[in-house]
Amino acid sequence: MTPLSTQLIHLCAALLLLLSFAMLSQRRVAALVLLFAWQGVALFGATLVVAVGTGQGHLYGSAAMTLLLKVIVLPTVLHRLIVRLGVRWDTEPLINTPATMLVGLALVVFSFGLAQPISALASTLTRSTLGIAIAVVMLSFLMMITRRKALSQVIGFLAMENGLFFAATSATYGMPMVVELGIALDVLVGVLILGVFFFQIRDQFDSLDLHHLERLKEER
Amino acid sequence: MTLALLLALPLAGALLLAVFGARRRAPELNIAASLATLVAAIALAAQVIGHGPMLLWREQFLVDAFNVFLVVLTAFVGLTTALFSRPYMRIEREHGRLTPGRVRLYHSMYQLFMFTMLLALLTNNLGLLWVALEAATLSTVLLVSLYRTPASLEAAWKYFILCGVGIAQALFGTVLLYLAAAKVLGADGSTALLWTHLYAVREQLEPSVLTLAFVFLFVGYGTKVGLAPLHNWLPDAHAEGPTPVSAVLSGLLLNVALYAVVRCKVLVEGSTSASLPGRMMMAFGLFSVVVAAFLLWRQRDIKRLFAYSSIEHMGIMTFAFGMGGPVATFAALLHMTVHSLTKSAIFFAVGHAAQKSGTQVMDEIRGLLVQSPAIGWGLMLGSLAILGMPPFGVFASEFLILTTAMRQQPWATPILLLALGVAFAAVFRRVQPMVFGETTLKRLPHPPALVPVFAHLLLVLMLGLYIPPFLSEWYRAAAELLR
Repeated sequence: MTPLSTQLIHLCAALLLLLSFAMLSQRRVAALVLLFAWQGVALFGATLVVAVGTGQGHLYGSAAMTLLLKVIVLPTVLHRLIVRLGVRWDTEPLINTPATMLVGLALVVFSFGLAQPISALASTLTRSTLGIAIAVVMLSFLMMITRRKALSQVIGFLAMENGLFFAATSATYGMPMVVELGIALDVLVGVLILGVFFFQIRDQFDSLDLHHLERLKEER
Repeated sequence: MTLALLLALPLAGALLLAVFGARRRAPELNIAASLATLVAAIALAAQVIGHGPMLLWREQFLVDAFNVFLVVLTAFVGLTTALFSRPYMRIEREHGRLTPGRVRLYHSMYQLFMFTMLLALLTNNLGLLWVALEAATLSTVLLVSLYRTPASLEAAWKYFILCGVGIAQALFGTVLLYLAAAKVLGADGSTALLWTHLYAVREQLEPSVLTLAFVFLFVGYGTKVGLAPLHNWLPDAHAEGPTPVSAVLSGLLLNVALYAVVRCKVLVEGSTSASLPGRMMMAFGLFSVVVAAFLLWRQRDIKRLFAYSSIEHMGIMTFAFGMGGPVATFAALLHMTVHSLTKSAIFFAVGHAAQKSGTQVMDEIRGLLVQSPAIGWGLMLGSLAILGMPPFGVFASEFLILTTAMRQQPWATPILLLALGVAFAAVFRRVQPMVFGETTLKRLPHPPALVPVFAHLLLVLMLGLYIPPFLSEWYRAAAELLR
């Protein structure tokens, strides 16, 4: 792998992390979908560069799948959901944005610590980006915790899957094709099912705010 | 061939029922598909007994003593639940809780769920195992919210998000496992996720990565097993979904998730030779038993009560698998079988009891024995069986687990005994007034399905008194595999 492609992968990884932070602070659901699509682009770029750099055939396949699923299909589906549900309103983080950002920073440091022993073992040339992959997973998790709108939680969930996918690419040059196809299918079906589910929630509560969904407690 | 049939039947059933699921004969079609699946499962089991473990389809599928017994159990409970759901769903429709469209969704997703369970059990590829378990969640999310009540929507949302996040961790664990394996098995990685290959080289895999992988896999799949403190989704999903779904969630999904954990444990223990995986499983298992036993006291809803009892029993099994050794594993496998059978039988009885009294609140269910002795006895005997009374099979397996614990982990025995006692009192004091006492019940518009209840209880009774030699041979072979 040439120094140029290493640089390109680092660039994509940095973009991925930056976009995760942007999602963490973004209040509008529609803008979140856009950021998610850009994350897909960064992921596609990284996978493609690794594919070209290593000449592994199946990585071209997974790059194409990333482009199709995460840049085109999922954002389109999510966008249409937002339009049909009429929810272009703001999202409100639970704790204020600066605090969330600080927690996010701490998570990034923690992720790099966690990645160190693993990436020492990985023989791939992309191993330095493993810390970023774990950080993306952690930040998406943080986003899911701090959001109260159903759609933002789902976008957080999908961003987490992006991070895991990136982890697989940077640690091992991607999983076997069968598994990647299966995962992609699960993600796609999951989003479609959630689409149906959102309409059920809205019909029942007239809103997608999750505070309606906090009634089930031990004592009822 | 048999394998192809076994996987194709429920899938075909799902597709057919997606079209015809609202017809009058759809329940019969559902039963027919489940029956055919069971026949295929038994044929496969016969082949495995005859020829030993098999690797099929470019080693993507593995059938050995461990999973084939779970396949038969899954197909059997699948069939009896289909039998039960025929009158149950008909009554729900007459009570106006379901529309034809939702019945169609139910039938189709039921078969799809069976397919994902069988795929998860049979695959040799740990990546596909993950895919199948995630698909199992997806196929049941819309079933949990089938009634579209606020509570059921909330339960389904919790189920999706908690299990989704959990299983994302398992995916990371799988990636780590793959990373460790690719170093040994070659970088092209085509065989690096196949369990048999991993098992063959388990002693060469990098211990530090495998330990980390196991932590993620255990937390991920453990969420689906319903281990405390990751059990929050379980009681809600069981209580708010239709009863056949509660029965298959408790009877099948939890087992299959635990199966995934055990498969991973075997690999990691072989690599590290340290006892971390076993210790983790024992700790989480014991913690779940204790938490569930005490939470049982606070339940008002009958389905929540038995959902917590499922957490307790999954904890016992996880503990037993964690202890390891041939006897404990034998007991855990036996407990898996009898718990599945008993718990689904209880849910069948509970479903009809709730339909009769029009509520799931236990204080309002009274005098089952007066109005319908069969449901009352089903619930009573089922509860006694699940609480570990002799001569039922649960007693045998719990006794084995306790005596093994006394020998191998004496510190755990008093905790287990205490939790079992607490759980006994909590459940019994609730079930007793529901079964006996004055009646407040109404008639059902359709006769209830009680054959599955008593068929299951009879099997559990039989397993308590006498385990047929082929079955104990089977368990022993499975325990041997898991050493």
